[in-house]
Amino acid sequence: MSIESSVDIITEWDIVAARQLGRNEAKEVGFGTVDQARITTAISELARNIYLYAGKGKITIERIADGAMKGIVIIAADQGPGIPDLRKVMEDGYTTSGGLGAGMPGVKRLMDDFKVDTEVGVGTTITATKWLR
Amino acid sequence: MNVTLASYIRENLNPILESWKQFMEEEEEGKFFQIMSDDMIDSTAHELGELMIFSLTENNQEFARKVEEFSVKMARHGWSISFVMKALTNFTEAIYHHMGQTGFLNDNNSGNYIRLINNWLTPLNHSIVEAYSKTWERTVQLQKMALQELSASLIPVFDKISVMPLVGTIDTERAKLIMENLLQGVVKHRSEVVLLDITGVPVVDTMVAHHIIQAADAVRLVGAKCMLVGIRPEIAQTIVALGINLNDFTTTSTLQRGMEQALAITNRQIVEVEEQ
Ligand SMILES: Nc1ncnc2c1ncn2[C@@H]1O[C@H](COP(=O)(O)OP(=O)(O)OP(=O)(O)O)[C@@H](O)[C@H]1O
Ligand SMILES: [Mg+2]
Repeated sequence: MSIESSVDIITEWDIVAARQLGRNEAKEVGFGTVDQARITTAISELARNIYLYAGKGKITIERIADGAMKGIVIIAADQGPGIPDLRKVMEDGYTTSGGLGAGMPGVKRLMDDFKVDTEVGVGTTITATKWLR
Repeated sequence: MNVTLASYIRENLNPILESWKQFMEEEEEGKFFQIMSDDMIDSTAHELGELMIFSLTENNQEFARKVEEFSVKMARHGWSISFVMKALTNFTEAIYHHMGQTGFLNDNNSGNYIRLINNWLTPLNHSIVEAYSKTWERTVQLQKMALQELSASLIPVFDKISVMPLVGTIDTERAKLIMENLLQGVVKHRSEVVLLDITGVPVVDTMVAHHIIQAADAVRLVGAKCMLVGIRPEIAQTIVALGINLNDFTTTSTLQRGMEQALAITNRQIVEVEEQ
């Protein structure tokens, strides 16, 4: 079973829309304030990376259930430049834009499950899951 | 020909409006009309009719002016643009319908009449889209201004101590404004300690954190100290998970705590006065 909804990321304000969607979904699934903040922040990071590095893309929020377990999946997909050196990107402090370089490793820590699919010149899809405990 | 059509519509306005209403009611189970009072429906319908007659009898300039007036009014009412567009289309449908029924329209003249009516419909459609987009642009502009007013002013609370309460989402534009106001304020009020209060910021992600760190650095450069206050527990946890280093900051959970520390830094404290 899964219910999904999505926001296209084109302008900076779409990041806020994606965040809002994520927060609402997280609330509905039954996440507490701390997990809501984690999920919302993760969405914010992924959406902003799309906006900054790929120009445009899409954030999809999926509610999932696996037996008695419930959760939320964030899918951030773009057809941007892709990530050439994924290992570096996952290191704290690595940035090509003068940022903090904390986004990607941060999202990995904020969520329970984190997967990156990327190909240079084709695009990037990041899937991050949070389970309700 | 114009005059013939004009007087035809004028004479048959009531039955035309009746079938227009019927068309509109059939539209998505009358959802459009539920939001309007009967008086409103009648007056809008009559206005459409008059506008049609006007386009046939007056010159283009006058018609253009009337069209604009009408469009702006529709937009101001706050009706959805799809409703207004539907109303227009159905109005022409109602005219065709009626002309067909009464035998006014025949194979010889139908082409010309269709053209005439289209001449009315096209500028009206354009004008309505324009009026709506103008209203929207204006709304967006106003909201932007409202947001900027909301953004960040530095409030001198005590001698040497100022507070900047941040409320709402921080985007790149606001972040710039915050920085400017902060630095100008610090210099203007001769602040020695500035408390940045993020109680009202819904999400602190790496971008917001980065801007806060930069602002604090800049404040240090002009000789003051920046404290980060109003860090809610859930925000503290996400900041830690993101691995953001705020070690150079004095941080407190509430503004009140921060204020006590700020007073201590400037060698002061709040004491209770005993009643005499
Ligand atoms: N969707 C993407 N497409 C292409 N490159 C990306 C994408 N997301 C991240 N990157 C690359 O990975 C780097 C690290 O991303 P990360 O989010 O960790 O840090 P940052 O965006 O540079 O700074 P911060 O997120 O801390 O503000 C980026 O600088 C960018 O080069
Ligand atoms: Mg980032």
